[in-house]
Amino acid sequence: MRPPIVSIDGVTKRFGETAAVDQVSIDIQANEFFALLGPSGCGKTTLLRMLAGFETPNEGRILIDGDDMTRVPPNRRPVNMVFQSYAVFPHMTVEANVAYGLKVEGIGGAELRRRVDEALAMVRLENFRARKPDQLSGGQRQRVALARALIKRPKVLLLDEPLSALDKKLREQMQLELVRLQHEVGITFVMVTHDQEEALSMANRIAVMDHGRVLQIADPRTLYEHPTHRFVAEFIGTVNSLDVEVRSVDGPHARIRHPLLGEITVERAAPDVERGVVVARPEKLRLDFSAPPVDGEILLDAVVEQIAYYGDLSFVFVRCPDGTALQISRYNVNRQDKGDPAAGSLCRVGIHPDDLLLVGTG
Amino acid sequence: MARSRPGPLDYTRRWWLRFWLLATFVFLYAPIVILVVFSFNDSRRNIVWQGFTTDYYVRALNNLSLLEAFGNSLTIALLSTVISTVLGGLLALGLYRFRFPGRSSVEAASALPIVVPEICMGVALLVFFAEIGWRPGLPWPLSLANIVAGHVAFSFPFVAVVVRARLAGFDRAQEEASKDLGASEWQTFRYVTLPFMKPGLIAGALLAMTLSLDDFVITFFTSGPDTLTFPVKVYSMVRFGATPEVNAASTVLIAVTVLLTILAVRLQRPDKGVA
Ligand SMILES: Nc1ncnc2c1ncn2[C@@H]1O[C@H](COP(=O)(O)OP(=O)(O)OP(=O)(O)O)[C@@H](O)[C@H]1O
Ligand SMILES: [Mg+2]
Repeated sequence: MRPPIVSIDGVTKRFGETAAVDQVSIDIQANEFFALLGPSGCGKTTLLRMLAGFETPNEGRILIDGDDMTRVPPNRRPVNMVFQSYAVFPHMTVEANVAYGLKVEGIGGAELRRRVDEALAMVRLENFRARKPDQLSGGQRQRVALARALIKRPKVLLLDEPLSALDKKLREQMQLELVRLQHEVGITFVMVTHDQEEALSMANRIAVMDHGRVLQIADPRTLYEHPTHRFVAEFIGTVNSLDVEVRSVDGPHARIRHPLLGEITVERAAPDVERGVVVARPEKLRLDFSAPPVDGEILLDAVVEQIAYYGDLSFVFVRCPDGTALQISRYNVNRQDKGDPAAGSLCRVGIHPDDLLLVGTG
Repeated sequence: MARSRPGPLDYTRRWWLRFWLLATFVFLYAPIVILVVFSFNDSRRNIVWQGFTTDYYVRALNNLSLLEAFGNSLTIALLSTVISTVLGGLLALGLYRFRFPGRSSVEAASALPIVVPEICMGVALLVFFAEIGWRPGLPWPLSLANIVAGHVAFSFPFVAVVVRARLAGFDRAQEEASKDLGASEWQTFRYVTLPFMKPGLIAGALLAMTLSLDDFVITFFTSGPDTLTFPVKVYSMVRFGATPEVNAASTVLIAVTVLLTILAVRLQRPDKGVA
């Protein structure tokens, strides 16, 4: 395997007493679209700023393409950043903004013109080159920030919540656009986001952070289907969590007991999980019994409490006789569908032990 | 046809508001208009209109000591404006950029000359220059140095305040973006920070210029016996009665400041959208 393009090695950054980034180690491969995901204040921006060179770690090293960059100033790093506020220069035209990074390097003449044209074409802003930033929309300003960074041909492009200032429609459009750009230019992207859907749909791999620590690094499917921590399971998507008693563990499996489920064998998220909660995704639970029951499925009686209708799918909130609340999602596949059960009605919920996962609470 | 009631913003349709506006302008500009009109009055005294003449402009132009005073004032204003703008701009930048212990005290202390009564500044400077043994009678531009120093002392805080207000709206990420794109500290200042400060610097410079041009009190206390500035000279001329010659000289000064202001506003215009 090739050496990683970015290697974050045991990095800690403290502001006063608190560690904003705590013993983080991540290797990012060339050409990856990597996402740093976590709730507000978990240290994502701080980590990104250390990659860019705006903060210096208290401990650990940062290697970019094999070179130790821990103490190299930002203007001598082969990385560029797209800022959350875009930080487009307001007194310069679009063209001057894009050309800036080459001009300060002393590149001019035909090469400058060619590369500016190329960068503007890449973000489809050829017709806006003479405009000032205050004559652009938010999405266009963001494209300027992108072109301005990409024109430098960095080894790594850093993006700090690049889409958070855009409205929903534009955000979805720019998500596709960013992924397309990344394929086109073949540059490693490292993107910070607190939006789990954004991370899942765009990134090849995601690091989930909480309180300055990295909890899990994995591809989107693994993160969703095999979270190792309760925090990851609950932060990504929605999940039903059940407190259980662990009877015994054996390799990848655990024997658990729960008043509703009885004593069953479920998968274990990681070899070090010996206590914890069992999680189940709402779409893995079954409410419609039009399809034949599956072998080994556990059926629970419940009362429908509430229904949230989203058009394409509905969330049904039910409560079991012992007080356990569960949520189940069901797709509204059929236009002739009679719809969701009425609130207050009795129903049965099907759970298959294969869809349950024992995760650690740490 | 019935007249519709004027809306809250239709102020031109309320006669008393129009009257108020007119009264304000009369109050502000009548003295200046009279000054300018009577500079063309063909009379030794300033009281009754006798007929049109430009004689007093010619007289003013031939009054060597008035011309010298005028030249001194412009030289002092130019020098003190340049120095004040640089000092004030740097002070504002330093206060904006750095966090250091005692920062708010430095900020308050630097604004003090704005509130200290001018007469006290004047006396203080007089005592100061006497104490360090400043010797009058140096050759020409050097003979103005103490006045320039005095003017800088009271006008650079104004520049600092104006530029500081401008910088409050600056997005620090722009400087980071510039460095991230490969610019050095100096290039970042030259191409990103300075252009943002420019409207503040121009406004501050204009303020410093007008403060210096018409300063009487501080100049009166710091200037030696043989260095005259325009306001001091005009004062000495008026003591023997205001002649149209004084009016003429003042009109020229007004014209100069108005021209400078227009120029400054013009210079500022391309950056209008930045704010
Ligand atoms: N310059 C600083 N001085 C002191 N504390 C800081 C500084 N920068 C960040 N912090 C603290 O470090 C922690 C992590 O901040 P950071 O900006 O990295 O969070 P984040 O994950 O990017 O959050 P958000 O999603 O809200 O942007 C926060 O508790 C923050 O208060
Ligand atoms: Mg952040």
